[in-house]
Amino acid sequence: MARVLINLPSQAKRGEIIEIKTLIAHPMESGYRLDNTGAAIPRDIINRFVCTYNGEEVFSAELFPAIAANPFIAFSTVATESGELVFAWTDDHGKTQTEVRQIIVE
Amino acid sequence: MRGLPLPALIVAAMATAAAETAPEAQRSGYDFAGREIRAMQDDDTTNPGMLWVMQGETLWAKKTGAADRSCADCHGDARISMKGAAARYPAFDAALDRPVDLEQRINQCRTERQHAQSLAWESEDLLALTAFVAHQSRGVPIAVRTDEQLRPFFALGNELFHRREGQLNLSCSQCHDDNWGKRLAGSVIPQGHPTGYPLYRLEWQSLGSLQRRLRNCMIGVRAAPYEYGAPEAVALELYLMERASGMPIETPAVRP
Amino acid sequence: MYVRHSTLPTRRMILAAAAGVSLAPSVTPARATEATMVEAIRALIGESTLQRGRVKLELPAIVENGNAVSLTVSIESPMSETDHVESIHIFNQKNPQPYVAAFNLGPRAGKASISTRIRLADSQRVVAIARLNDGSFWSSSADVIVTLAACTEQ
Repeated sequence: MARVLINLPSQAKRGEIIEIKTLIAHPMESGYRLDNTGAAIPRDIINRFVCTYNGEEVFSAELFPAIAANPFIAFSTVATESGELVFAWTDDHGKTQTEVRQIIVE
Repeated sequence: MRGLPLPALIVAAMATAAAETAPEAQRSGYDFAGREIRAMQDDDTTNPGMLWVMQGETLWAKKTGAADRSCADCHGDARISMKGAAARYPAFDAALDRPVDLEQRINQCRTERQHAQSLAWESEDLLALTAFVAHQSRGVPIAVRTDEQLRPFFALGNELFHRREGQLNLSCSQCHDDNWGKRLAGSVIPQGHPTGYPLYRLEWQSLGSLQRRLRNCMIGVRAAPYEYGAPEAVALELYLMERASGMPIETPAVRP
Repeated sequence: MYVRHSTLPTRRMILAAAAGVSLAPSVTPARATEATMVEAIRALIGESTLQRGRVKLELPAIVENGNAVSLTVSIESPMSETDHVESIHIFNQKNPQPYVAAFNLGPRAGKASISTRIRLADSQRVVAIARLNDGSFWSSSADVIVTLAACTEQ
């Protein structure tokens, strides 16, 4: 499980726009680097990021090798109701890592 | 050829003064970094180095080795027990009769007290533990001892810092004492204070140790770098920490 | 970034091997060009016209290292059901591929703004394109100078 840092408020007012910052540990191997035998190190990146809010997708991103290692993505969403925000990162192998955060909306 | 362009080489070679940086004039690499890099370091939720600090926090509590003991079992809450520790390393080890740096001290605990395997230099786990421990000293002024038994090691570090080396025949001092603030191939030369180690270097796309950075410097002047853990490397670390006396620890720093 | 096309070992590689240092130079077998970027943008917008404006692309003018360049894109928009940004697309001119990322927003975003960190292989132009729900495309571009770090493993 890659280490993840997620920054979002634990509570917000209904209708408030909240900022969410995410950082995940991943080398984002571009596929363009050579090892010391001259062979290309194969591409291995996180290629998709999805945020769902009580089951509904509110944000997603398609990532390419030009995204820096330890990908940082900051976005916003409207605090509509209390519940769960689920963050999912999927890599080139099809493996997905998810993180869940609760939010209280009054 | 990457590295030093000829004009900079000539400028550096012509500098004859070996002026040390006066304490009032001490400036961290943070001051020489651009706005975006400083912003990356300032926010713990976006500083990539914090990913290793988090990993270190997990390892701190994990039981390991034949002794089935965690760091926490002896040292308790790192926020209390490790506060100020990194600011005092390298420190003298009486049993070994020489100074050891923080990485070596951590490995010593692992092998002698946890009866676990030593962690390899620059391994993810050693970086994580070192970063976590050093992070507990963030804000604490650097204060290493260089007296008594440490004197000859400090003297060696001092000599190495001022000795010309490599195909480019440059000493650390020529860039970092005499030409800091000037540009070298587009980058600003910092004073070379180890305030934020282990740090996230954008060039590495990873966290790395002071020794890794020193090896980069030596490759930069086309000298054969010291092996990890070599006595010269630790002596140089000791000298550099003393040279940075009073400057606050920044771990985990972010640098280009 | 250092581009090497010969397969013979350089003096640096021999020295580095002797010093026990592992190398990972970057090689771009087929560099993206202005044409490749234009082609990729054309594939996105189809027959529509690309209108300049409304998109604010924030990038540093000069960076100390191309491995992690902070980027923010924001578009003034009410982000309502009837008037919002659907997606933001980032392209570059000189990396091996023209694509950087695509972000899907919508009214639930509240505001049309994203930040990330990108890799730039060389000094070049970065283009940000926003697609609105009415099918229109708006763009902005920025030129970034990428300097190389001194004293590395190579």
